[in-house]
Amino acid sequence: MIVVWKDLLVERRSKETLNALFFFGLLLLFIFQFALGPDRERLAGTLPGLLWLGFILSGLLGLGRTFVVERENDCWEGLLLAPGDKSAIYVGKLAGNLLLMLVIETILLVLFAFFFNLDIAGVLPGLAVVIALGTVALAAVGTLFAAMTAQVRARELLFPVLLLPVEAPVLLATVKATEAVLLGEPLGSVAHWLKLLAAADVVYVAVGVLTFDFVLEA
Amino acid sequence: MRRLFGGVTLVGLLTGLVMGFGIAPREATQGNVQRIMYLHVPSVWVAYLAFGVVLVASIAYLVRRAESADRLAHASAEVGVLFTGLTIATGSIWGKPTWGTWWTWDARLTSVSILFVMYLGYLLLRGMIDDRERGARFAAVLGIVAAFNIPLVHFSVYWWRTLHQPPSLMKPGPGTMPGIIVAALLANFAAFTLLYVYFVTRRARLLRLEAEAEA
Amino acid sequence: MASEPLIRVTGLRKTFGNHRVLDGLDLDVRAGEAVAVLGANGAGKTTLLKVLATLVRPTRGTAFVAGYDCVKDAELVRREIGLVAHSSHVYEDLTAAENLTFWATLAGLRPSAADRAAALATVELDRAAGERVRTFSAGMKRRLSLARFVLARPRVLLLDEPFTGLDQRGKKWLEEHLASFKAAGGAIVMTTHSFGRELAVADRISILAGGAIALDTPRGTLSADDVHRLYTLHAEEAS
Repeated sequence: MIVVWKDLLVERRSKETLNALFFFGLLLLFIFQFALGPDRERLAGTLPGLLWLGFILSGLLGLGRTFVVERENDCWEGLLLAPGDKSAIYVGKLAGNLLLMLVIETILLVLFAFFFNLDIAGVLPGLAVVIALGTVALAAVGTLFAAMTAQVRARELLFPVLLLPVEAPVLLATVKATEAVLLGEPLGSVAHWLKLLAAADVVYVAVGVLTFDFVLEA
Repeated sequence: MRRLFGGVTLVGLLTGLVMGFGIAPREATQGNVQRIMYLHVPSVWVAYLAFGVVLVASIAYLVRRAESADRLAHASAEVGVLFTGLTIATGSIWGKPTWGTWWTWDARLTSVSILFVMYLGYLLLRGMIDDRERGARFAAVLGIVAAFNIPLVHFSVYWWRTLHQPPSLMKPGPGTMPGIIVAALLANFAAFTLLYVYFVTRRARLLRLEAEAEA
Repeated sequence: MASEPLIRVTGLRKTFGNHRVLDGLDLDVRAGEAVAVLGANGAGKTTLLKVLATLVRPTRGTAFVAGYDCVKDAELVRREIGLVAHSSHVYEDLTAAENLTFWATLAGLRPSAADRAAALATVELDRAAGERVRTFSAGMKRRLSLARFVLARPRVLLLDEPFTGLDQRGKKWLEEHLASFKAAGGAIVMTTHSFGRELAVADRISILAGGAIALDTPRGTLSADDVHRLYTLHAEEAS
């Protein structure tokens, strides 16, 4: 997908987004620790929530920047003028965002495991499933909303305001599912949450693909 | 015609209120505060109705680009937010004497609050885009996303609350309610629906007049 | 090839909020013709261009490019036009060749490496093909913008003040490029501020004032002073 290729190239050359998000993730960890105190027991209960809080906050920053490269290079109109189906651009940007989010989440997960002394080796497959499902839901809506807010004033405010309420069910589902997985329970015990996430993924991507044409019009 | 409709709505509303607050029996444990249910439950219903209309109008707008569909979506979203706010307020007022707290993470209250914020965001988006046509388009897309999100919100919150806790007691009891209470509830349902239609049509007309004045 | 104009604008009106920018604008451009649109800042030149480029929807009136309606058949119009505007449409961190590859692929073309090289050669950027656009001058960026259309071969070129910021060599090159585009049967709509050499490639001059075309005249043998005089006359008359 040409869009992914282009975004990867730009990112590789400018290294803006990934570096900044990495440091942001690191900072979040410190902040969580400072805000919640050194008591390991207390922390343990909130870990799934903190992990996803970290993912969502990083996501807000990262996803919000989806079209920044177009804006900074004055290429937004160019995208509008591209003949053909705009949904292809959506899928391309979505794929790029998924890649970005998954990289950041992996890094955050490793940092979490390190700082909070988690043993995630055993639960990795289950965790991976939950994270994958949740990330698709985040990125699908995030990419769509990023396009909508790209040309609006006060976009940095509007983007989180729009994204967070919509992602509330996803957050509930992922935290609950992560909790179960970290406690060593089998994935089957949270099947209903996973089904919800899968349903959300399908709905969000479908709506994104179908409506992107309308968003990217002039 | 409009006056007549307004009159009918008013009568309906008064009937509903009288039935709910006057005629229907006083609830044993909760006392008169329970009568708030006659406002609270129809409010939720109207809110869902409003957001459903937003969905339909949004799709209609994207397909047909009819300005009237956009105005309907806008008006319905505003009224929906209004009734959602009413639901939260009445739920809160009901909760304070009953549970001793203004706020509880009860399934309905939580769901409705999420909807409230979602559609407030919708109105915020509309407010921030100057270009009328672009605002209408984006709002339509958001209206569709938000509407499809409603069942997701509903289920996720419900599971969140009920898997480790008993379900909320704020729901009206299972169908064994005495007839008069059901009648009062239905009367209020009807009245609130009329009120919704009244508000939306007035608001949509106002939007149309504004649009005509600008052109 | 009928005598049907390649571009036909009728009764165009565009209102932004309370501000009516274009009001009853008519314009026809034939194949092989270049029209220079003159006007003061804020007169609506860029808006006109954007309507033709399908980037802005008119409030009223119609615009047809190559027989397609700019509103109803926007997709089809986009295949026929090339827009060179203030926004450069180039990614600074990519090389010239990469930019070309991206935009061409996005447009649904599949240029071979040879095609790309040829396009870059046409715009005299072949030696800078592997360099990042960040290092380019304004003129080079504009040439890269045009390289896209060497590959895409649109029938209409829409240019917003294309000579601004170019040095003498750049201006001469652009003039020649536009002339050959015309000769190949394309139509050009060019907005401009100035009355000098830049108008040489134009066949007609349209003065935009008061939201419509105040004067449309063949450039013929008009000198820069003539044009200036006409401009002052009509631009002031209408305001």
